[in-house]
Amino acid sequence: MPNTKVCTISGRDISELTIDRVLSGELQNEDFRISADTLSCQADAAESAGYRQLAQNLRRAAELTRLSNEEVIQIYEKLRPGRTTFRELTEIADRLETQYHAPMTAAFVREAAGVYLERGLVK
Amino acid sequence: MRSKRFEILAERPVNKETFIQPWPETGLITIGSPLDPLPGIKIKDGKIVEMDGVPREHFDLIDHFIAAHSIDVDIAESAMNTPSLDIARMLVDIHVPREKILAIVSGCTPAKVVDIIQQMNVLEMMMGLAKMRARKSPANQAHVTNRKEHPALLAADAAEAALRGFAEIETTIGVSRYAPLNALAILVGSQTGRGGVLTQCAVEEATNLRLGFKGLTSYSETLSVYGTEMTFTQGDDTPWSKAFLGAAYASRGVKTRFTSGMGSEALMGHSEGKSMLYLEARCLAVTRGAGSQGTQNGSISCIALPESLPGGVRAVLAENLIATLLGLEVASGNDALASHSEIRKSAKLMLQFLPGTDFITSGYGAIPRYDNMFGGGDFDVTEMDDWLVLQRDMEVDGGMVPVREADVLEIRERGARAIQAVFRILDFPAITEEEVQAAVSAFNSEDMPDRDRIADIEAAKHLLDGPLTVVDVIIALQQSGYTDVAQNILEMQRQRAIGDYLQPSAIFDKNFHVLSALTDPNDYMGPGTGYRLEGKRWDQLQDLPQAWEPRKYLGKIADEGAAEHWLEELGPARTGDRMEVIVAVSPTFGTSIGHTIGGLDLREVLANLLKGIEDEGVSVRVVRIRHTSDCAFIGHAGARLSGSGVAVGIQSKGTVVIHQRDLAPLENLELFSQAPNLELENYRQIGRNAARYALGKPTAPVPVKIDNTARLRLIVQTTLLQLHDARQTQAHKAPIELRIRERR
Repeated sequence: MPNTKVCTISGRDISELTIDRVLSGELQNEDFRISADTLSCQADAAESAGYRQLAQNLRRAAELTRLSNEEVIQIYEKLRPGRTTFRELTEIADRLETQYHAPMTAAFVREAAGVYLERGLVK
Repeated sequence: MRSKRFEILAERPVNKETFIQPWPETGLITIGSPLDPLPGIKIKDGKIVEMDGVPREHFDLIDHFIAAHSIDVDIAESAMNTPSLDIARMLVDIHVPREKILAIVSGCTPAKVVDIIQQMNVLEMMMGLAKMRARKSPANQAHVTNRKEHPALLAADAAEAALRGFAEIETTIGVSRYAPLNALAILVGSQTGRGGVLTQCAVEEATNLRLGFKGLTSYSETLSVYGTEMTFTQGDDTPWSKAFLGAAYASRGVKTRFTSGMGSEALMGHSEGKSMLYLEARCLAVTRGAGSQGTQNGSISCIALPESLPGGVRAVLAENLIATLLGLEVASGNDALASHSEIRKSAKLMLQFLPGTDFITSGYGAIPRYDNMFGGGDFDVTEMDDWLVLQRDMEVDGGMVPVREADVLEIRERGARAIQAVFRILDFPAITEEEVQAAVSAFNSEDMPDRDRIADIEAAKHLLDGPLTVVDVIIALQQSGYTDVAQNILEMQRQRAIGDYLQPSAIFDKNFHVLSALTDPNDYMGPGTGYRLEGKRWDQLQDLPQAWEPRKYLGKIADEGAAEHWLEELGPARTGDRMEVIVAVSPTFGTSIGHTIGGLDLREVLANLLKGIEDEGVSVRVVRIRHTSDCAFIGHAGARLSGSGVAVGIQSKGTVVIHQRDLAPLENLELFSQAPNLELENYRQIGRNAARYALGKPTAPVPVKIDNTARLRLIVQTTLLQLHDARQTQAHKAPIELRIRERR
């Protein structure tokens, strides 16, 4: 992405990610994480090149940057077939929407809940 | 009664394979099951209410997902109304650009996509693949695994694979708890070999995700999808869970690629009677709908199943092509063992190798098959030279570069030492000097010392569950002096934050420039466009270490022979008038050339010819023909000088003819064109026969050994010797009589 300032999720500018800062202990793994803004920019780039679905995926990804690793893994586990109830899935969707400001992912989980209910994939 | 030929045929490798007739109701059919739906779509208020003959109320899990996410509703009706034959023709029409086809196909249902493909033969599909591949530059992916999960060997193998040009390297595990160490070993090894190689460790999804979170992997292609609801849920996922996972990886800057392949549904017993290709088209629609940038397909581990059926290999190409039609990066199979037959295996490969794909194999075994934990591997390290020769033969870039043994040994040692240093600093079980040395020159893991597996697994657990991340690995490498490797891994982390390699078909070149569908889009529009293997890259791919300089060869053989002058020139050869046989030698015989192409000393060859003639009591004269280097003309020129009219003509490389004066130059009494097969005794027999012809005695032709590979092996050397002889001819010089000097 030329011509745009790229910052990591911790607010570091890409140019700050140097070996000296790694050695001094200033940088942690978290400082190398992609930010929601960067993912949104990548989504725009994908969309304008004609990759609409990839763009949507990257927008969902931008939302998921706000979740911890363990929360991401937990939601993934719940989305696997037969893991949970329709109600719990909709609660996850609500939480994604209100707590994490992740409306696209929330809608996606809600949509899954509806189909799972129809296809007998919820408890 | 049995035919001996059929008995031999039954033993051929190809007949170790299973061939069956189609059984559509069970999904044992590659394309066109009677139960496959006809293409169709109905849209109401911007929503798909019927797809491929199934109304919304009967949608299964996969239909729902495809209808909601995969198909661009705006264009669907016009796309579905465009005749499939027209779209198929656009695929091979060089005037229709890739973008136009992508736009149309984005409105097509799975059954429609299959219908388009059904209009095409293999050659047309290959043209389609060349045009529709997302990235202009083709590339390749390697498997690096071993049975002992030996970290030093993994690192050395990954370093070598990177040096050999692979853009991605994947590992996997025998014991799943090893995953973090294996991921670490190939990360360190690959970045030793070449910065920018992407790596992954194929394990269960949750573990895989954790490895990505820690920065130990940079891509993931474990996201399997299936074409029927039953198989999908038996795979313990749904399109939504897989799509969520895809977004999860992207949220941590990890590239992902879904995987599917024809035959898996039939294999799992839930094909619903649909053809393999139709189900794969559904998988690919799910892949696109989930927003994956690409797919690994081409039947993958099920490859032998479509190959048991008619049209199987064509259908596998079709699924690669469908992936590209949906705008997906494709790592096009050729990874699992596809045949016992080398012919069949190689022929199948050509369907992806010649047009080029984003990754021609989705895993070339950069290790011996014995150590391939992905189930054997279609190609392995012992077949790399074959691959390199195929690239050179066809001027095709198959994503692999020739390497020198010394360079390989050096990079393997560096890779092994780098992981040794990381283990030391992270306080993992030590990698000994003996292990490093073994890893440098190992063929496979049997050459490696055993390790304490309990201790390694403990370290792996510590790496996965504890606070260590890639940052600690970078520090360890920097502190132990592997600053370039540290820098490469740091750069991979920076790229993880930039995210340009999340775009379709992304790889890094050696300068960490992203080559993707956005930065390196395939612009093939017929001859003169698209990817062309030329310039430095072509120079590199043709430069095989085993290719030699023919100019030097000529210098070498000429020098060897020049040492000794054992043929004395007596003066102009006269025409004989008594019973004799002439032995006529070529311009360089015994002067600048000393040995036949079969390695026989020309002095002994000549001695045997003479002995044979003398065996029959006939006298002999030796002459040198100087105006021609052609064996037939040498023999004929000799015959015209011979008192009996019979002569033996011989070239420096050992080719012999028995000639007679009244025959046309290109006729002969006997010709021995395969000089490499001749032995000294044969030359004596040839001399004897020549004398018998001179005497007018009944003569049986000399029996010689026939080795049909001689020409294959030695045609270059023959050409060079012939060239050398031809250069020494002097058009106006008459034959000269020779005398053999006594040995001192």
